[in-house]
Amino acid sequence: MSDQDTAAAAQSKMQVSDQEMIRITQMHKWYGQFHVLKDINLNVNAGERIVICGPSGSGKSTLIRCMNRLEEHQKGEIWVDGVELTGDLKNIEQIRREVGMVFQHFNLFPHLTVLENCTLAPIWVRKMPKDEAEEIAMGFLERVKIPEQASKFPGQLSGGQQQRVAIARSLCMNPKIMLFDEPTSALDPEMIAEVLDVMVELAHDGMTMLCVTHEMGFAKKVANRVIFMDGGEIIEENVPDEFFNNPQSPRTQEFLSQILAH
Amino acid sequence: MDTVQKYAPGEHPDLKPPIGQTGVLLWLRKNFFSSPFNVFLTLATLYFLYLIIPPALSWMFADAVFVADSRDHCRELGDGACWGFIEKRLGQFTYGFYPLEERWRVNLTFVIFIFALLPVLWDKMPARRKWIWVPLVFPFVAAWLLLGGFGLEDVTTDQFGGFMLTMVIGVTGIVCSLPLGILLALGRQSDLHFIRWLCTGFIEFFRGVPLITLLFVASTMLNYFLPPGTSFDLLLRVLLMVSLFSSAYIAEVVRGGLQAIPKGQREAADAMGLKYWASMRLVVLPQALKISIPGIVNTFIGLFKDSTLVIVIGLLDPLGISRASLSDAKWQGLSTEVYVFIALFFFVCCFSMSRYSIYLENKLHTGHRN
Repeated sequence: MSDQDTAAAAQSKMQVSDQEMIRITQMHKWYGQFHVLKDINLNVNAGERIVICGPSGSGKSTLIRCMNRLEEHQKGEIWVDGVELTGDLKNIEQIRREVGMVFQHFNLFPHLTVLENCTLAPIWVRKMPKDEAEEIAMGFLERVKIPEQASKFPGQLSGGQQQRVAIARSLCMNPKIMLFDEPTSALDPEMIAEVLDVMVELAHDGMTMLCVTHEMGFAKKVANRVIFMDGGEIIEENVPDEFFNNPQSPRTQEFLSQILAH
Repeated sequence: MDTVQKYAPGEHPDLKPPIGQTGVLLWLRKNFFSSPFNVFLTLATLYFLYLIIPPALSWMFADAVFVADSRDHCRELGDGACWGFIEKRLGQFTYGFYPLEERWRVNLTFVIFIFALLPVLWDKMPARRKWIWVPLVFPFVAAWLLLGGFGLEDVTTDQFGGFMLTMVIGVTGIVCSLPLGILLALGRQSDLHFIRWLCTGFIEFFRGVPLITLLFVASTMLNYFLPPGTSFDLLLRVLLMVSLFSSAYIAEVVRGGLQAIPKGQREAADAMGLKYWASMRLVVLPQALKISIPGIVNTFIGLFKDSTLVIVIGLLDPLGISRASLSDAKWQGLSTEVYVFIALFFFVCCFSMSRYSIYLENKLHTGHRN
């Protein structure tokens, strides 16, 4: 099979369905007096790969952290997989079970081995038997290409390996949505590729993904929508081709000229 | 071999460090003889040790008298320490006024205590899981053995004394104050205002009051607060006060550990759907307690030594016993021996705790920090 065929086959899997996974309407958030997120409206369907970019302090991380209630919103509605995010702990826990999150600084548990990191939530949240959880975890560690590190501690791995473990750890919960909060920003340049490869593969498998990142190559390759945020607002939203080649707002143009200049 | 060898780029092999840059000689030079002043300090210290150690050793061992009937007898036999006095009073130092024919119960309790300690402290113990019930039932068995009842002769707590009393106070204080301290530390960080306020108030009160004051309160004032007619045991009151006092310190030590855990750890645990207690138990506390080990053990050691304060409310800990023994006309003037002996007991106990904590820290170390 030629490269083109493989890519085409992968593309065919990246289908966007009509099923709505996330709906955010007129959502606002404040930190004290500071208005961080302003009138956010966003719908995400199953299978979408959305890249969120913008200058630092634009509220992009805060936005995806609102989607699993790591941050509380003060106004508007957020629905995830048919459940509304409110102060109700039951709803929050239900949503968190279905939404995986990967952090900028990996946030692996340093006192547990790689395998234990991966099995912790399936065992304690999904009440899965230990053997089964380990089997599933080994499967995902193989997918992120580090099964041989299973018995090591996170502190013994490189940054890229740690981030791949973090992705595997989230996948072990069999999530419907994956949130990525600047997953490659804390990595050395030569390690970014190995993490992005895993994410591209995940996208090809049809995972619903929201990704805050500055990796524009990744956005062009897998995203079906790119969202540009600034000052707590969604400024522009478009398919990657249009977004990069024909940005509408002056702020988007300025941002793109800055990050693509090098 | 001082010729500078050239290698092609990318072909440089790993070489050995130059001679004199590693090993014992370097260590000696760096640590003891790095400058004229350091040489002077090293030699002065060696001379000082030479002056102190040989006489101390001969006082304790070579010239010491281990068996004697009275102080005068001791002096006839040798001019070192008179351990004969300690030997004669050893029973009292160990058991206080616990009835002679019941002392086996104290010994048995101690043996069970060792067996209860093993599965807790030694994680590679063979068949550890089979023994884990021993520490759980130990408090009840110990209470029964020491106090009597259910077929054993009753012994009142005012007959407790000596090292046995120290152990009772120390072990109870340690066992009770750790879980209570952890709960207080978590409570102090709670989002619920009432709980946070309550825990902070408790901690600040018990940390702000001297232990002696609390012991006096335990021995005298507590009766005023209790309904008339109820009385509970003085030792029990002391145990309560000591536990509460040291739990306040543990709480602050653990809080320090909790604050050192990056926020991301909680977030990662939350994001995967773990509930509060699960994320505390599985993610946050294991890390926070590991960091807190030196502080926790420090508090335990302090608590263990502070148990001697109970002398002020008339309980006969080793110091109380020694005060009584020293007034014996036959053995006057032997306070040095008595205090050295008691110091040795405390040193062995506290030093073991300290070594265990270092062992534990090394065992729990898992690679580089991130």
